[in-house]
Amino acid sequence: MKTENHELVAAYFIWKREIIRFLRSKSRIAGSLGMPLFFLAIFGMGLEGALRSSSLGGSYLDFITPGILAMVLMTASVFSGAIVIMDRQFGFLKETLVAPVRRSSIVIGKSLGGATTAVFQGLLILFFAAILGAGVHPSSWLMLLLLMFLISASFVSFGIAVASVMEDMHGFQLVMNFFIMPLFFLSGALFPLSSAPEPIRIASYLDPLTYAVEALRHLAIGKSSMGFGLCLAVIAAFFLLSTSAAIHLFERIES
Amino acid sequence: MGYAIEARCLTKKFGDLTAVDSVSLSVREGEIFGLLGPNGAGKTTLISMLVTMRKPTSGSATVAGFDVVKNPGDVRRSIGIVFQDPSLDEELTASENLELHAAMYGIPGQQREARIKEVAKMVELSGRLSDQVKTFSGGMRRRLEIARGLMHFPKVLFLDEPTLGLDPQTRAHIWDYVRKLREKNGITVVLTTHYLDEADLVCDRIAIIDQGKIVAQGKPAELKGKLSADRVTIHCRFPARLKRAVWGQDGILKADVAGGRLELRVSDAGRKMPAIVSIANKAKVAIRSLEIRKASLDDVFLHYTGRSMRDEPASAKDSLRIRRRAWGRGR
Ligand SMILES: Nc1ncnc2c1ncn2[C@@H]1O[C@H](COP(=O)(O)OP(=O)(O)OP(=O)(O)O)[C@@H](O)[C@H]1O
Ligand SMILES: [Mg+2]
Repeated sequence: MKTENHELVAAYFIWKREIIRFLRSKSRIAGSLGMPLFFLAIFGMGLEGALRSSSLGGSYLDFITPGILAMVLMTASVFSGAIVIMDRQFGFLKETLVAPVRRSSIVIGKSLGGATTAVFQGLLILFFAAILGAGVHPSSWLMLLLLMFLISASFVSFGIAVASVMEDMHGFQLVMNFFIMPLFFLSGALFPLSSAPEPIRIASYLDPLTYAVEALRHLAIGKSSMGFGLCLAVIAAFFLLSTSAAIHLFERIES
Repeated sequence: MGYAIEARCLTKKFGDLTAVDSVSLSVREGEIFGLLGPNGAGKTTLISMLVTMRKPTSGSATVAGFDVVKNPGDVRRSIGIVFQDPSLDEELTASENLELHAAMYGIPGQQREARIKEVAKMVELSGRLSDQVKTFSGGMRRRLEIARGLMHFPKVLFLDEPTLGLDPQTRAHIWDYVRKLREKNGITVVLTTHYLDEADLVCDRIAIIDQGKIVAQGKPAELKGKLSADRVTIHCRFPARLKRAVWGQDGILKADVAGGRLELRVSDAGRKMPAIVSIANKAKVAIRSLEIRKASLDDVFLHYTGRSMRDEPASAKDSLRIRRRAWGRGR
């Protein structure tokens, strides 16, 4: 029972490290929120008039706010997973790798820490969206927060898994550009999938972010084109998959 | 007395390259043991297997009584490590670095604070605990890493080049801590260093490792004694004539004329000198001055590896590398 406790304490301090580092890097917060804010302002405001008459059933800003929220959660999370690469380059990774704790505890601490910072950034973007006039009235803030957390933790793990097999930041950047952008544009964050052509719709059903966006829509603005249960099931499956991949690949580092 | 480390035929291969080649060694409890060798000799690789970072290709080892392959968790709990390359989180403060370490090594919550203060005092960083590591000098970082390695009361401490790139004063300081640790706490210390005269002063025993193999092992004095080749330099009028006269005498291992002097390698030179002086007198060679230099670890090193540690430009390069790394991360 002593060791269980020890693993938990270790995971908690790994979590704490992520939080401290996040709070100390103001530029990271600014950097990760710049692009989504831009999207909200330009698309949300600029396309508002053009799309008002469409089948959205509400304002375009309302429609893309959960989509942009999902984008923030995904990018912020994946990049906190990338800290593994920085830790490797700057040497700190060795300190964690030879510590007498399970690698899974480290992955879980990192994933929860990264998710916490991502959710915080998500709340900031929701706040800005509300200022721009988006109607964000979640039926349950608690549910929304939990959902944001689950989505974020999945993507942090995804980032850790990729970072565990990458030598340096360049490789990571490359992989991310081939993942993040397509995942985002295919997710229906910016347009309703129902009006998309068949091939795009099929591709987007393979994109885990699609389900995150729809689930967030369901909870944040009360409108969604997919069943909430299905979305939740897919997200949970993605969470389990990416977390086990992260643990597996992180355990294999340098042994 | 028991053994803190016992390695048997430990081998590590990276593809075709055998970085560590069937190394066997034993380190007694409470001993300060030095691993010396040129760049790329395999010191870091050997240590990385002993600290369970890398799995041996073959062979086995126990550290603090635990097998490094079968029982890595127990080994890790029993050892402290200072890696060759920096391994602190620079964004965190000194105390946050120590706290994270304490948590990962299972030091109970109520003891953490006190222990952090204790180790910080040991390395004289008490006043800087709440500063971010990126504001620290190279020497302070090294001391903090040593403090961190000591947090969890390890039985064996591994120090891979703990003084590389530091100024002589800071180096002397660090060796002071190491000696005190052994005296006060009976910790076993395994270290590597490029500074042979410092190794000579600090280590109880050393092993010289070259191309993955241990080529000599023992107390520094023993190793120097075994060489039994002190250097004798004789300044005189006709060094070549003197050379012919002494060559072939008992105990003269080597004789070279260089400029106005004769360079000899003589076993147990102190005793042989009277004989050499009288030979010089017989040969009518007037000796102007005479100098005996006892064998140093440098000579031992040269003897076994065919290279002199002093000739290696590496230490300058390494310190540059360390400084550059520190720079790159200062942001
Ligand atoms: N991960 C690795 N992959 C391939 N080769 C490696 C790896 N690590 C070390 N080597 C090789 O193994 C040999 C021993 O390296 P090692 O770092 O153990 O030497 P060292 O004695 O510590 O040298 P230095 O004094 O420069 O620190 C070198 O030839 C090195 O290139
Ligand atoms: Mg080395």
